[in-house]
Amino acid sequence: MGIRNFFSRKKSREIAKDRLKILLISDRVNCSPEMMEMIKTDIAKVISKYMKIDTQSMEIQISKTDSKGRDKTPTLYANIPILDLHKNVN
Amino acid sequence: MSEVIVVTSGKGGVGKTTTSANIGSGLAAMGKRVVLIDTDIGLRNLDVVMGLENRIVYNLVDVVEGKCRIKQALIKDKRHPSLYLMPSAQTKDKTAVNPEQMVRMINQLREQFDYIILDCPAGIEQGFKNAIAGADRALVVTTPEVSAIRDADRIIGLLEANDFTKIDLIINRLRYDMVKRGDMMSAADVVDILAISLIGIVPDDENVVIATNQGEPLVGNNTLAGKAYQNICYRVTGKEIPFLEFEKGVSFWAKMSGIFHKN
Repeated sequence: MGIRNFFSRKKSREIAKDRLKILLISDRVNCSPEMMEMIKTDIAKVISKYMKIDTQSMEIQISKTDSKGRDKTPTLYANIPILDLHKNVN
Repeated sequence: MSEVIVVTSGKGGVGKTTTSANIGSGLAAMGKRVVLIDTDIGLRNLDVVMGLENRIVYNLVDVVEGKCRIKQALIKDKRHPSLYLMPSAQTKDKTAVNPEQMVRMINQLREQFDYIILDCPAGIEQGFKNAIAGADRALVVTTPEVSAIRDADRIIGLLEANDFTKIDLIINRLRYDMVKRGDMMSAADVVDILAISLIGIVPDDENVVIATNQGEPLVGNNTLAGKAYQNICYRVTGKEIPFLEFEKGVSFWAKMSGIFHKN
């Protein structure tokens, strides 16, 4: 192992922390990936009636925790990039 | 007034039984009347850790089924006169007892004891449900490993869903040397992830193995783990004990962020 590798190596402590943080978000939500996909499709369908959105890069996520701890009200976050805000509604 | 404490973890092998034995012994050494209940039906172990395996006549299932009175199943500890063990059955399985029966038995024990400590089996099935049914508060044991922390988080969620309001965390087998070189999560890291209050940190100490070999809990003796368990016992009774230097194994910033109790 070269000296550069030695210094740039991410410590396993940090790797464990990062893995756990991501893992626990999905564990705590307890919502199946299929259901999330269906919600995503339906949301996209509704919004598309009014504006042009980028369905490929939209993201939805349910989170139960805030940065301070656990057991907050579950919240659905949706990140939907708009391609054209003034799509004519017919 | 009596307090019923369940010691649980989700994952097996993180030290529930050792923790139960040491907290029970430590509280009894303070003069409290304590009963330890092994709720792991089919895989009993608390009797061995306490060194009382040769004295078992009746067990938990016998009590629940009405084959004997509670008093007949209780085994008096070798060292502390106010400490008793209710052993589990080795031949039955978890379905031999249900939560209602546990609650009934615990309510009877409340009259005679200050602390009732339930050693919970691993997993989240019937055995877990039995163990938590009659408890007032929970001690969740974890080690600083991804799998144990994940299971602890699941257990905390289930405890909260069962209306537990007093849930405290014990971090077991922390290796300060590994934390320092960045190869183990610190106590502060674990607390940060699980977001519940910390009641104790037990360093990884070979004396625990020696004590288990001998069937004598090491709480209160002059070892790192013995001191750590002693502090946990004080905190269980509500005393504010500052975390010792060896217990922390944390960075300067974690100390500054006030995660640890201070006097």
